[in-house]
Amino acid sequence: MECNMRRITWDRVISILLITPSVIAIAVFVYGFIGFTGFSSFTKWDSLSPDFTLVGWRNYQKLFQIDRFLCDLRNTVTFTVLFLIGCVVIGFLLAVLLDQRIKGEGIFRGIFLFPMAISFIVTGVAWRWLLGPGTIQTGSSGVNLLFQKVGLGFLRWGWFTDPTIWHIKPESGLGMFLQQIGLGGLASPYVGISLAMISVVIAATWQMSGYTMAMYLAGLRGIPEELREAARVDGANEFQIYRHIILPLLQPITLSAVIVLGHISLKIFDLVVSMTGPGPAFATDVPAFYMWDTTFRGNNFAEGAAIATILLVMVAVLIVPYLIYTTRTEAEL
Amino acid sequence: MTTQTSHRPSIRWNRVLIYALLIIAAAFYLLPVYVLVVTGMKSFQEVSLARMWDLPSGLHFDSFAKAWFGKSSEGIRGLSENFMNSVYLAVPATLLSAALGSMNGYVLAKWKFKGSNVLFPLMLFGMFIPYQSILIPLVQVLQKMHLYGSLWGLIFVHVVYGIPITTLIFRNYYAEIPNELVEAAKIDGAGILGIYRHILFPISMPGFVVVMIWQFTSIWNDFLFGVIVTSRPAVQPITVALNNMAGSYIVEWNVQMAGALLAAIPTLLIYILLGRYFMRGLLAGSLKG
Repeated sequence: MECNMRRITWDRVISILLITPSVIAIAVFVYGFIGFTGFSSFTKWDSLSPDFTLVGWRNYQKLFQIDRFLCDLRNTVTFTVLFLIGCVVIGFLLAVLLDQRIKGEGIFRGIFLFPMAISFIVTGVAWRWLLGPGTIQTGSSGVNLLFQKVGLGFLRWGWFTDPTIWHIKPESGLGMFLQQIGLGGLASPYVGISLAMISVVIAATWQMSGYTMAMYLAGLRGIPEELREAARVDGANEFQIYRHIILPLLQPITLSAVIVLGHISLKIFDLVVSMTGPGPAFATDVPAFYMWDTTFRGNNFAEGAAIATILLVMVAVLIVPYLIYTTRTEAEL
Repeated sequence: MTTQTSHRPSIRWNRVLIYALLIIAAAFYLLPVYVLVVTGMKSFQEVSLARMWDLPSGLHFDSFAKAWFGKSSEGIRGLSENFMNSVYLAVPATLLSAALGSMNGYVLAKWKFKGSNVLFPLMLFGMFIPYQSILIPLVQVLQKMHLYGSLWGLIFVHVVYGIPITTLIFRNYYAEIPNELVEAAKIDGAGILGIYRHILFPISMPGFVVVMIWQFTSIWNDFLFGVIVTSRPAVQPITVALNNMAGSYIVEWNVQMAGALLAAIPTLLIYILLGRYFMRGLLAGSLKG
């Protein structure tokens, strides 16, 4: 018995030893580094040699006055909203279609999901050539050329080279009205939709919508057939069954899809680098790209640290409640 | 009977509509693949933006050859070296990640200790952070460790930041294995390492496959760490080299397309051959292992 007790305590020690390297690595490389970045964002470090003179919130205040950063925030909102809508709607529709006892379901599923396996860089390179509008010398190219060939030439446009921002004009009727009620700030190009961003949304949705499709399909398969049967017996048509029974049951899936895809879209970087770069007048610039640019090309470490911290806070607001919720419900089981 | 006959045609039209929609969707997903493959197979004479959608006249691998070997006379670097860099990076990093994840998952599933339920989500947070928030100190520390700029540095980084996801997948995998199995072995006098070696490890293969596919794919596809940690073209992984190639004005677009396909092939093959396991990793990423 005594021997057995000693054995158990030894095992306890070994178990702690096994996990210690990882715990230290996470403590240093995640939390320690985040702390250092947070600290750097309050300093004057703007050249290769570190300068840790504290300047308070100055780097943050400056950021919110810089045109590029305000454009980035606008683009992130545009991208996140459109990307989430795209993935959720397309993913759900594809899942519903695949759930209708389809011949060759496996092949379709494979086709919808394979983009998940490749790099955002590959996606970016491919879609840059597909959506590249062409030049006067070359004529239309890519999708524009395809539109032209099938008689849909009127659909041709500049894609990611179009610098147009849809926003409320200050001199328009609505703009004047907003100014009068003290919301003039809304009538600004920083509160709008960057059309060039739509191209990036298309590429990202192409890559990630298979993920929502897979999640919804798993969810649909989990709904017992008796439930639908019962509704049919009660006289509900297929549309009503989806609207009143299936959609509510799939809500938890939508929530986790929105959170997982939402945090990916806040961090989006690779795709922008390989597909468009900052774009005309920062029409496709995003905070993650700006951070990389200013830190590692411009040596503005403090400014980069401030952008990184803002990004982290945005992601944490989304992820931390989700993380606590999922691990807690799991522990109860 | 009458209701059935009146129903039939409408049902059939539904089926037609469903298949039509599925085929349109499939065409959208395959569009880039079509252009990549078709462009890659054209001869140099055939390649022009105006004929982008046309089929090639025959099988030519000129573009692939140029993307792979490069052409020093035109100052174009081939991707072959970088492809191999990615192999030398992804294989050891994947193996190390899987080993660490298995250890951590085992402890967190079967040897819970006070605070392990707090530690676990704290670890998981590391897989969601935007890596921008750790890059500045990361570069400094790698320089101090003399790992900056080398493939070893990159391996190290991927192993460290792979800890959360690999731990998650293994923890969920081991949690499914009944505790009674472990308890019985303990009574028989087996220790923590013995239980792992004789009971858990032999049935861990599916877990290892899921984790290794996941890690290999994400390390192969990574760009951010690659571009930050390696600056010399000779050390860069393929994603970084491909991005450089795509951003260069001297490389023709058909060569870029061929390069993109080359960079995609390994993970695509894994997906085609082991798609089922790939899916499991994917769903684990949303914490629903």
